[in-house]
Amino acid sequence: MSATFSAQDPRALAEAPPMLSLRGVTKSFGAVEVLRDVDLDVRYGRVTALVGDNGAGKSTVIKAIAGIYTFDGGDYRFEGEPVNVTNPKQANAMGIEVVYQDLALCDNLDIVDNLFLGREITSNGLLDDETMEKRARETLASLSVRTVSSVRQKVASLSGGQRQTVAIARSVLWNSKLVILDEPTAALGVAQTEQVLKLVRQLADNGLAVILISHNMNDVLAVADDIAVLYLGRLATQIDAKSVSHAEIVQLITSGRLDVDSARATTTISTGERSGSESTDQGAI
Amino acid sequence: MSTVTGRDLPGLADAPDKRATTALSDYLAKVRGGDVGALPAVLGLIVLALVFTGLRSDTFPTTFNFANLINQGAGVIVIAMGLVFVLLLGEIDLSAGFTAGTAGAVLGVAVTNHGMPWWIGVIVCLASGALIGLVIGLLVARLGIPSFVVTLALFLALQGVLLQIIGEGGQISISNPTLLAVMNSNLALWQGWVLYVLVVVGFGAVSYRRMAKRRAKGLHAERFSVWGFKFCTLVVLLGIVTFLLSRERSVNVEATSIMGVPMVVPVLILLLVGLTILLNRTAFGRHVYAVGGNAEAARRAGINVANIRLICFIICSTMAAVAGILIGSRDNGVTPNTGGNQTLLYAVGAAVIGGTSLFGGKGRPVDAIVGGLVVAIIANGMALLNQPAGVVYVVTGLVLLVAASVDALSRRRAAATGRF
Repeated sequence: MSATFSAQDPRALAEAPPMLSLRGVTKSFGAVEVLRDVDLDVRYGRVTALVGDNGAGKSTVIKAIAGIYTFDGGDYRFEGEPVNVTNPKQANAMGIEVVYQDLALCDNLDIVDNLFLGREITSNGLLDDETMEKRARETLASLSVRTVSSVRQKVASLSGGQRQTVAIARSVLWNSKLVILDEPTAALGVAQTEQVLKLVRQLADNGLAVILISHNMNDVLAVADDIAVLYLGRLATQIDAKSVSHAEIVQLITSGRLDVDSARATTTISTGERSGSESTDQGAI
Repeated sequence: MSTVTGRDLPGLADAPDKRATTALSDYLAKVRGGDVGALPAVLGLIVLALVFTGLRSDTFPTTFNFANLINQGAGVIVIAMGLVFVLLLGEIDLSAGFTAGTAGAVLGVAVTNHGMPWWIGVIVCLASGALIGLVIGLLVARLGIPSFVVTLALFLALQGVLLQIIGEGGQISISNPTLLAVMNSNLALWQGWVLYVLVVVGFGAVSYRRMAKRRAKGLHAERFSVWGFKFCTLVVLLGIVTFLLSRERSVNVEATSIMGVPMVVPVLILLLVGLTILLNRTAFGRHVYAVGGNAEAARRAGINVANIRLICFIICSTMAAVAGILIGSRDNGVTPNTGGNQTLLYAVGAAVIGGTSLFGGKGRPVDAIVGGLVVAIIANGMALLNQPAGVVYVVTGLVLLVAASVDALSRRRAAATGRF
């Protein structure tokens, strides 16, 4: 499927047409305007980090992408086609998978059972455990997972990082194109965080588009290709991760803009480049 | 992603083959880690058998009593098999005992009062059980009332229904020879041995095929010697059981001859195999475990949690109806007490003693058989010791407490070691 992209160099990936693009999307809950005119581009083979303070609208964006909410207005394009996603099943069918913060795994089942939960492979009405186990091993291998000793281990016996690994592996079993990760490293230790970030990188290197939500700027800078900063329901900016420093992202998150005097002069964020970034200044109160 | 094949699996240490000694140490590690399965129940069974043999060596260890034990336990075992489904979800069905009684009464009314053929009676009886399960399931799964409350209410209501059905007479007798045969007659000797061969060959073939299939796919498979050991154990154990049941066990041989495997045994085997396949080898069964383990995760995986709950309650009550047939057959009729008294608590006890967790997510139909035999052996042995009913209740209650403690302790141990 998307494997062809993985062979290409990063520059080509960055310039390829976005697999998912939002233009001027809005969302209100009653009188509260949660998203105003948000633009977002997500590309194959790249990790797009979605950052912002609490209440900036990150969850709303991903929930609307995944069909849990629907956008009130604006343009939602998936692989170039305008789509109207109204429920999670539809998003799944399009190839969008979400890995939630609180892992949805069953402790009393083993890794294979969890990977295939709800989508078991059967033959003649009976479970085909052998095929499922084989595919589970192949999927874990394709993600270069080396930390799980046996795929027949109960999930209860896994560490936080391994559980997150299983949850992520589950999202890529089904020919998914876009994997959305909500705070995948929130509850993890240092080594496990590194493990999971490696896996996130591997997803993108395998050619998938990845959206990563995180509060940890070190994680974001370690793994992201693009960084989209939300500020009070607006897109402050979407920039290449290489062109921005830790301090600058924090400043963007907290104030919605970069002050020229405190930011390094070398930073190149062309405010005129994107239509959405004009709202940047108004966002800062 | 799709470029990786099964040949190249870095980091996954599942060897396709394991030494027999590794298999044994794996099992011991599993037990130490809190995954005890039916082990305590099997040990309890052996200890109880030895104790009662020691105390009443004249009456307890006889083939007559052995066959009797199976018949005594059958009703409780079948109710417990159904309860496993409900317990797996972390729910409870307190009304299963009186569901058995009510369904038995329906059978009596159909066959005795209305003169229907026995098989129509059985269908009506099972349908009434399923209907009760449907009501419980709808109230629990759709309306969201805790199963404890719903089934407690039905426990009372069904007692009333049972009384109403039975009416003034105080009893509906069952005299249909086919129905009575289930609990009162035995297979012919040759039939018993054919059953033995069927079970042994069936188990051997299915497990061997599974092992071969896994090996063919390059997956971790049981070692041949381990399979052989299990197979031989089964051959010997069931062989002894069939041999003992095939001996003359009548106290007065001139008057009647009693020998052969009780008719209820193939019924129990059929139910055990059917329910085990349903739970272990179908997507439905997998979903039952998932809902019991983490209902929210199951919901997010696209499983219709309410439907699973509903079906489990229907299965539980239908199995109770089967038990109603067995109890009615054994007692030659149905009284307002059928399925009452301690029947339900014995059944819950049987499932829990056998290793089914009250917390949901863990349990197997075979637990009901092992646990049911433990309960039956206590009741049987205590009766032979001429103990008053009070003592029997106290001892049974203590055994249930021990079983629940084993469940809680193994669970805590499992949480500590990361097993479930």
